[in-house]
Amino acid sequence: MSATESRPAEQFPEKHYLNADYGIRSWLLTTDHKRIALLYLVSVTFFFFIGGIFAGMIRLHLLTPKGALVSPEVYNRLFTMHGVAMIFFFLIPAIPAVLGNFFMPLMIGAKDLAFPKINLLSWYLYMIGGGLALFSFMSGGLDTGWTFYTPLSSVYSNSAVAPAVLGIFINGFSSILTGLNFLVTVHTMRAPGMTWFRLPMFVWANYATSIIMILGTPVVATTLALAGMERLFHLGFFNPQLGGDPVLFQHLFWFYSHPAVYIMILPAMGVISEIIPTFSRKPLFGYKVMAAASLAIAVIGFLVWAHHMFVAGQSTYAALAFSFLTMLVAVPSAIKTFNWTATMYRGSISFETPMIYAFGFLGLFLVGGLTGLFLGTLGVDIHVHDTYFIVAHFHYIMVGGAVMGYMGGLHYWWPKISGRMYPDTLARFSAVVLFIGFNLTFFPQFLMGYAGMPRRYHSYPPEFQVLNILSTAGATVLAVGYILPIIYLLWSLRYGPVAGRNPWPSTGLEWQTDSPPPTENFHVTPTVTWEAYDFENRPDLGLDKPLKTDDSGRGHD
Amino acid sequence: MHRTGELYGHFETLEQQRESASLGMWIFLITEVMFFGGIFLAYTVNRHANPVAFAMGSNTLDLKLGAFNTGVLLASSFTMAMAVWAGHTGKQKLITLFLILTLLLGGIFLGVKTVEYAAKFEHHLVPGSSFHIPAEDVSAAAAKADPDFAAHAQLFFSLYFGMTGLHALHMVVGAGLLIWLIRQSMQGRFTAKYNTPVEMVGLYWHFVDIVWIYLFPLLYLIDRRHK
Repeated sequence: MSATESRPAEQFPEKHYLNADYGIRSWLLTTDHKRIALLYLVSVTFFFFIGGIFAGMIRLHLLTPKGALVSPEVYNRLFTMHGVAMIFFFLIPAIPAVLGNFFMPLMIGAKDLAFPKINLLSWYLYMIGGGLALFSFMSGGLDTGWTFYTPLSSVYSNSAVAPAVLGIFINGFSSILTGLNFLVTVHTMRAPGMTWFRLPMFVWANYATSIIMILGTPVVATTLALAGMERLFHLGFFNPQLGGDPVLFQHLFWFYSHPAVYIMILPAMGVISEIIPTFSRKPLFGYKVMAAASLAIAVIGFLVWAHHMFVAGQSTYAALAFSFLTMLVAVPSAIKTFNWTATMYRGSISFETPMIYAFGFLGLFLVGGLTGLFLGTLGVDIHVHDTYFIVAHFHYIMVGGAVMGYMGGLHYWWPKISGRMYPDTLARFSAVVLFIGFNLTFFPQFLMGYAGMPRRYHSYPPEFQVLNILSTAGATVLAVGYILPIIYLLWSLRYGPVAGRNPWPSTGLEWQTDSPPPTENFHVTPTVTWEAYDFENRPDLGLDKPLKTDDSGRGHD
Repeated sequence: MHRTGELYGHFETLEQQRESASLGMWIFLITEVMFFGGIFLAYTVNRHANPVAFAMGSNTLDLKLGAFNTGVLLASSFTMAMAVWAGHTGKQKLITLFLILTLLLGGIFLGVKTVEYAAKFEHHLVPGSSFHIPAEDVSAAAAKADPDFAAHAQLFFSLYFGMTGLHALHMVVGAGLLIWLIRQSMQGRFTAKYNTPVEMVGLYWHFVDIVWIYLFPLLYLIDRRHK
């Protein structure tokens, strides 16, 4: 952090959002978006560890071919609860509700989101939904898979399906209200001079995510409500015995749940678009194309859902169309990846912790994205459908992509959230551990899946044992990579050196205010006179050699 | 979050606050369209797959009551629009009057709906263990065209109750909002300068009406036999 050392040391601000008020009421009834973000931070971390415990038990169980730990019935519940906790209560809210909530208003120069009370309501809906899911986990668990396919979920399952479905239904409204709040905020709350094309890419990414949230989530809410009523009142919307159609459930479910993957990955892409220019000291390459690519992913992402159903009995012609559209959605993702590398080209790159996570993201997202193309190809999908190949693929996107982005963002903005720095060497080490542990866990799963090991089975033929042991060993390394940050981030709250306003330094508006920011975010409403990521015209950043980009993507000294 | 008069502290101007509320309401209505969209799709797909049973189901619905209710809701949309107009022009007494009229019409709709539901219970047309189709409705031709006739008829009524129930729930929420508005309006809170809540509830009320405008032909009018 040479940039920090070359500037005068800054004092910790006397009054900020953390000490503005004390007591439990000041947190539980707060309408400050920063405090609500911290409420989310604590609660999504809790669900991450719940989901992580289930994952650990799955990996332990699969150490031996016959299964080392639990009965087949319990195994079904473990992978279901792992999926439900991680997807609905960690991955979907993680980046938008924690980092987005905290930083969107700061990045556009607003005092708060447009609807602060609705923001608090979102968190309470999340907690009620999460509480119902926990109730389901504790009253025997859930064994339908996180996909709740009917008629298993609506008729045959003997597990606590109803409370989990109700929980996810309620949690959906939390997501809808967050998306609504973000969309309105970006439209109406921007500071003077903060034009649409000066918005940081993280804001664009959350804007695109919000579009998916408001268009997709209501549909899964209806779908789960119908499946829930089918279970409780013995109706037959999706039950062939009562005249319904199970494939209709799959269409409606994936109409949301495929775009939901973009709810997880788009905000992570936004985080990476903030980190890479900052640590390359160079403007983001192809700003407008990047913004357009975010929106394109949100739109095309709605047109690919039936690629989950290539073997579910849909027409071949439909499958062909969805296969083509699946290839199409890869184009904006590829554009983004190329633009990130072009941003780094001839930049002044330094390897602070967030940048290491960003490198991790690039590598893992690349593998996850490319294997997605394999799966979008009809012939290959029939071979690897429902094998560990697909398990590895979506973990590369959702953990390798989304969680790496989340961890990167948390490290990038931690100095702003807490006002203090974490120990950089330890943090870099931890990021590397995470990368190694992740690959050790999930790369073997590509191999076993391609060789034919099915997903969701509690036992497997002995020839897969070596790969399974590698994967379980990797999971322990991965766990270290997740636990270390908790320890040193908590440590930094008290003992970390004072970060100052702009420690990296970075161009965004959020770095112009105190760390931690005051309750009203800015002492004076800022007026924006510079373009996004413009390091060249910002003498206030104290950079020796600011870089700019020409059309070829080259940096200039 | 402190408040000065009608302006919340995180907004700079009343205009910005009004714009935010309006945009937020429109986005909320988009989510509502998607929410109803899922169940409308389920209905359309199943109606297409089981035309015989669904036609029988449609014919059991009371066309006169349905048409009457459609008229009632259209009238309530008119009174709601008048309340919004009275808000814009600052006629405080008229706001209250039109809001009360809207609430009354909404109440009439829900009352008629209750009568219709009660008839379905009497005729054992509510899905569940006591569901029963009168023998004269399962003619030989119908049974031949659709071997699972009874199951598909039950599916029609599941969707009927699902869709109209969801709509009625929205009406109840709307009635609650109207009561809240009427109380505020009687205290004279709404003026020509500040009437955003009236306008927002108005948007919501019109949306719920439009849902019924689609429900009525879909459920009552398709494949109607003249008696």
